[in-house]
Amino acid sequence: MTSVDHQAGAYPTYDLIVVGGGPAGLAASLGAYQAGLQKILIVERDLYLGGILNQCIHNGFGLHYFGEELTGPEYASRFIDQVSDTPIETALDTMVLSIENTEEWRYIHMMSKNRGYQVVRAKALVLAMGCRERTRMQIQIPGSRAAGIINAGQAQQFVNLEGHMVGKRVIILGSGDIGLIMARRLSLEGAEVVACVELMPYSGGLMRNIVQCLEDYNIPLYLSHTITDIRGRYRVEGVTVQAVDEHFKPIPGTEVDYAVDTVLLSVGLIPENELSRAAGVQLDPRTSGPCVYENGETSQPGIFACGNVLHVHDLVDYVTEEALAAGQAAATFVKQEIRGSETPKEQNRIEPDQQLTPSLIALKTDDHIAYTVPQHIRLDKLVEMDKNVRIFFRVRQIYPQPMRLIFRDSQGKQIASFKRPYMAPGEMENVSLPTALLKQMSGQELKLSVEDMA
Amino acid sequence: MKKEMICIVCPRGCHLQVDEESLQVTGNSCEKGAVYGRNELTHPTRVVCSTVKLISDQLCRCPVKTDQAVAKDKIMDVMHAINQIQVQAPVKIGQVLCNNIAGTGAKLVATRNIEH
Repeated sequence: MTSVDHQAGAYPTYDLIVVGGGPAGLAASLGAYQAGLQKILIVERDLYLGGILNQCIHNGFGLHYFGEELTGPEYASRFIDQVSDTPIETALDTMVLSIENTEEWRYIHMMSKNRGYQVVRAKALVLAMGCRERTRMQIQIPGSRAAGIINAGQAQQFVNLEGHMVGKRVIILGSGDIGLIMARRLSLEGAEVVACVELMPYSGGLMRNIVQCLEDYNIPLYLSHTITDIRGRYRVEGVTVQAVDEHFKPIPGTEVDYAVDTVLLSVGLIPENELSRAAGVQLDPRTSGPCVYENGETSQPGIFACGNVLHVHDLVDYVTEEALAAGQAAATFVKQEIRGSETPKEQNRIEPDQQLTPSLIALKTDDHIAYTVPQHIRLDKLVEMDKNVRIFFRVRQIYPQPMRLIFRDSQGKQIASFKRPYMAPGEMENVSLPTALLKQMSGQELKLSVEDMA
Repeated sequence: MKKEMICIVCPRGCHLQVDEESLQVTGNSCEKGAVYGRNELTHPTRVVCSTVKLISDQLCRCPVKTDQAVAKDKIMDVMHAINQIQVQAPVKIGQVLCNNIAGTGAKLVATRNIEH
């Protein structure tokens, strides 16, 4: 992509452009609109807003955010309806090709059937591209390349949106929520789901989905097992399932063969960050998403991120909350930019009390925590209304017993402590860290650790 | 005797113990969990979500759900009835597509707005 000649011509100009019209993009644009921005554009590659929620026809969405149980399309429509009541513009069936960041403007190169190639620009950008499924290639299952090996989310699209059945006898590898939901969905549509096989000693999905998707339909869940062979010339004819040891190596002598015509893979999701990476946004290898500050801003000024492109969530309700906040933060950024361009920029003057407390805090974790979002907190950016900083994270193992989560500063001084009765890697945790406590810490690092109640 | 079960009312997934005689529920964090525990022991029910055939120039399936939970042993009857239904766009969320699906007393309603 050649870079645009920034002097030439007038580009369609917005306060904010949101890349992606799924739950994150919808909430981010609404958050920005409610915070006072008027010129907002959502760019969506599909023909409809709503993203992956449109194919998630099962219920269970919105319990946290709306206090009622909705299906995916119903949850999406609440936000689509709100967006259509505002002057927020949408460019559907439009693919963003690249993002370019300059000091003053964020440029978007995009392509659509109706409008061709276009360059548009905005003061700020929200990345809300979501994630995609890991495939067989990324987990390297041996065996044939017969037809019938499908990602669970892809199967969901075939069945729920396009009305095609994917198979008659199905085995599911991976116990992520999409795999569990599809086990039930395919059972309802008349397929026989013979088993769900999970490499880890615990399920990656929510407990309620194990109950209502597997147990309700008498589908066995084999933990610490994996598929070690797929057979079939044109169509899948069978698979071999084997137990694995604590190093995930298949144990000889535990092979069991299943005659199936379909293998569904539910083996994890990857945030879709090709655009972000090319735009120079720094990524965190732990989340595969951008490194962000307390307000969702990435390493590129004016570019914010939220939803599954930032880190993979298990509940859309949390995506909505995170995206509303990112949209509001983007609006604050835009208003400051506009104000800044009207008055000469003030030099970074250090207040006396700011010399005592560091302005940039790096969040670190012990070995029991996989990651945190945000990765950094800028104390000087926290305004009066930010009473808490919300920190999302995942633990690496199941804690069936109550544990303490402790934040310590560089000197080892305890800054805050939270109790959790139960934690599991499949369920994202969050804590609200009071800003007042952050201001009492010393050093540049804040470390989160999991400790016994004792 | 106490029956152990996991509550499916919300993503929290509380571990419930339900006394099989008194129907006393413990381990729940909310009243909905107690109701779920009692029902699950006496007459388990589920909301059924699926799709029906759609006549539209945009899409070919319309997502639907039962407006209330139906008895678990009626789920496949409900699915069979759902698969006989066809709807013509435009469709509105909440539009009733069948008043008493498979004799369960539950209505079948659309869950997506489809314009044309």
